[in-house]
Amino acid sequence: MAKNTFTAENFTKLDQVIQKYADKKGALIPVLNDAQKIFGCLPMEIQKKISEGLNIALAEIYGVVTFYSQFSLEPKGEYTIGVCLGTACYVKGAQKIIDRIKKEISIGVGETSPNGKFTLEATRCIGACGLAPVLTVNEDVYGRLVEGDVPGILEKY
Amino acid sequence: MEKVTLTIDNINVEVPKSYTILQAAKHAGIDIPTLCFLKDVNEVGACRVCLVEIEGARALQASCVHPVSEGMVIKTNSKKVREARKSNVELILSNHNRECLTCDRNRNCELQSISEELGIREIPFEGEKIETIIDDKSFSIVRDPSKCILCGRCVNTCKNVQKIGILDFVNRGFDTQVAPAFEKSMADAPCIYCGQCIVACPVAALREKDDVEKVWDMIDNPDIHVVVQTAPAVRAGLGECFGLPIGTRVTGKMVSALKRLGFDKVYDTNFAADLTIMEEGHELLGRIQNGGKLPMITSCSPGWIRYCEFNYPEFIENLSTCKSPHQMMGAIIKTYYAEKHNVDPKKIFVVSIMPCTSKKTESSRSEMNVNGLRDVDAVLTTRELGKMIKQARINFLELEDDKFDEDLLGDYTGAGVIFGATGGVMEAALRTVAEVLEGKSIENVDYKEIRGIADIKEASLTLGGKEVRIAIAHGTASAAKLLDMVKSGEREYHFIEIMGCSGGCVTGGGQPHVSAKILMDVDVRVERAKALYEEDAILELRKSHENPQIKKLYDDFLGKPNSHKAHELLHTHYAAKEQFPKEKNECSCGCDC
Repeated sequence: MAKNTFTAENFTKLDQVIQKYADKKGALIPVLNDAQKIFGCLPMEIQKKISEGLNIALAEIYGVVTFYSQFSLEPKGEYTIGVCLGTACYVKGAQKIIDRIKKEISIGVGETSPNGKFTLEATRCIGACGLAPVLTVNEDVYGRLVEGDVPGILEKY
Repeated sequence: MEKVTLTIDNINVEVPKSYTILQAAKHAGIDIPTLCFLKDVNEVGACRVCLVEIEGARALQASCVHPVSEGMVIKTNSKKVREARKSNVELILSNHNRECLTCDRNRNCELQSISEELGIREIPFEGEKIETIIDDKSFSIVRDPSKCILCGRCVNTCKNVQKIGILDFVNRGFDTQVAPAFEKSMADAPCIYCGQCIVACPVAALREKDDVEKVWDMIDNPDIHVVVQTAPAVRAGLGECFGLPIGTRVTGKMVSALKRLGFDKVYDTNFAADLTIMEEGHELLGRIQNGGKLPMITSCSPGWIRYCEFNYPEFIENLSTCKSPHQMMGAIIKTYYAEKHNVDPKKIFVVSIMPCTSKKTESSRSEMNVNGLRDVDAVLTTRELGKMIKQARINFLELEDDKFDEDLLGDYTGAGVIFGATGGVMEAALRTVAEVLEGKSIENVDYKEIRGIADIKEASLTLGGKEVRIAIAHGTASAAKLLDMVKSGEREYHFIEIMGCSGGCVTGGGQPHVSAKILMDVDVRVERAKALYEEDAILELRKSHENPQIKKLYDDFLGKPNSHKAHELLHTHYAAKEQFPKEKNECSCGCDC
């Protein structure tokens, strides 16, 4: 299982974030971004807290969360692998890369490994076409990949 | 006001600079079709039906949001415009559940009308359709996303007019739907069932829970004594179902129709409105004289009650303990009426015709019973009554006026009638409370300062040497504003009237649909309210306490206002409600929720 991020400490952090942005215009997205970082996902209890704190209806918050792919309702793995399937990466063989990752960690796109370590995502163009094909693991970027690079990258985590 | 001159379809128009092209065209007598547009509520240019051609502009523009400018040259009826509008509606229809023949809004649908007006004869786009589930879990509102065209009228009504925000756009692209948070049922969201979303909906994506068949079954059952009551606002709206102008008072025809439908007894909820005034008025006097919780707030509007329970639980003790008038009526029918007429209350079925969708949920609240029997067994909206009359093939317009049944619960005063308009309950209460405090009969009973559609109305009156401060709010957005002022201590009142819908019951969520086009010109709140004040003015008795059958009800049965028996039958209690309460094992996130 993924480690429990729903700790009292993290809820205090969320309160601080909400306080920082309360009464500011356009507060919702920054608060959701920070909350996603703190908890790894935005389930109902978290959205309810934000709704109360910012005085924004829950339906509106849920609408924003389900609109942007950077937000997730369910917990993600410790590491999110994003394989770019933009045109350049795709032409340069991104599908092979993604297939190899699926095989290595036995999960499909959009899924999280049972040990909570990895989540696999197929992304649109991330703007690093010069490095195609490219993948990211959290904030780390790996470019000019060939299929054989995959096990080595995964081993680092 | 600065003005600009422009040309629309070769007609020169001079209009204020702040106008949109749509407004300017209207000013010039040119009709531009709209679909998502709802004046003052939804002006977003989403549906692209109101497209026009502007000379020099790169593309066709949505006239509902595009401002006019000096020298503009506009075409509203070029080939390019007609084809674009048509294509846009065809695209909307390609993912629309086109079961028009069996649809709740058949012949009363803005999408259907626009398709007809644009001459659409086929849908050239054969595409995927979004899979949807009908949400009919609540007692009041059915949400059918297969009909939804994502215009946003309901979203902005709930979010910006009522300032509640139950509905919003969720997901993205083709998967977009209008739904409550977490795609929950309306029954599991803190929805107050005001039904303003239904009124705003141009199609049948939002509609009331249909209870017509249930009522037909009871009428057809010879063992059941079916008693119907009609709320004051119904008479001000029902005529619209049959093409009469907005605000036509159809009291007599409505009664005729109800008798023809086969109801055993036809009463006016106004009798119970008078009864409410007796109970609520004396409750107020009691609170003022005995240092009870003030301000006292009216409890006739079940939408407002739910709003209070979810959003302002700190005011629950301020709510009058009176049941709403139709619930009182039901309780009296199943006790006093049953006893006097020697009918087994178990065999009585009480139907309320209401301008309201929230009343459907109210009547199912567990508190609303008498000796284990429901006060009210079924609630139909004005629209549903209109449908029953059509199903029975009654020619409504040709009906002679008839009178409500007159025995036991038949009298009503003007005070009862005006309950249907914002300020009406307050005015009715003052007519009685003033006489009690002054200790004499008062001639002038028109409290005109508290009529009308201002968001919040306030007045200070001197009654029996005492100052009584009152306030009125209608629509939950105004209610919130008023309650916040009370909470902060900025304002102090003795008595507050709150209605869940703007305008009061005349513009409740169960009233006939009025198209967005008509709403550009008409304030329905004002027009329908006129019908009620008109009836009030022609009635001989205009004060609730002068209603002879109310006097008799107290003499023969209840004792006096707020008596033990009255409390048992006519009063209730409310409780704070949690918004989106936790459900066990609902969440897969690993948190405690």
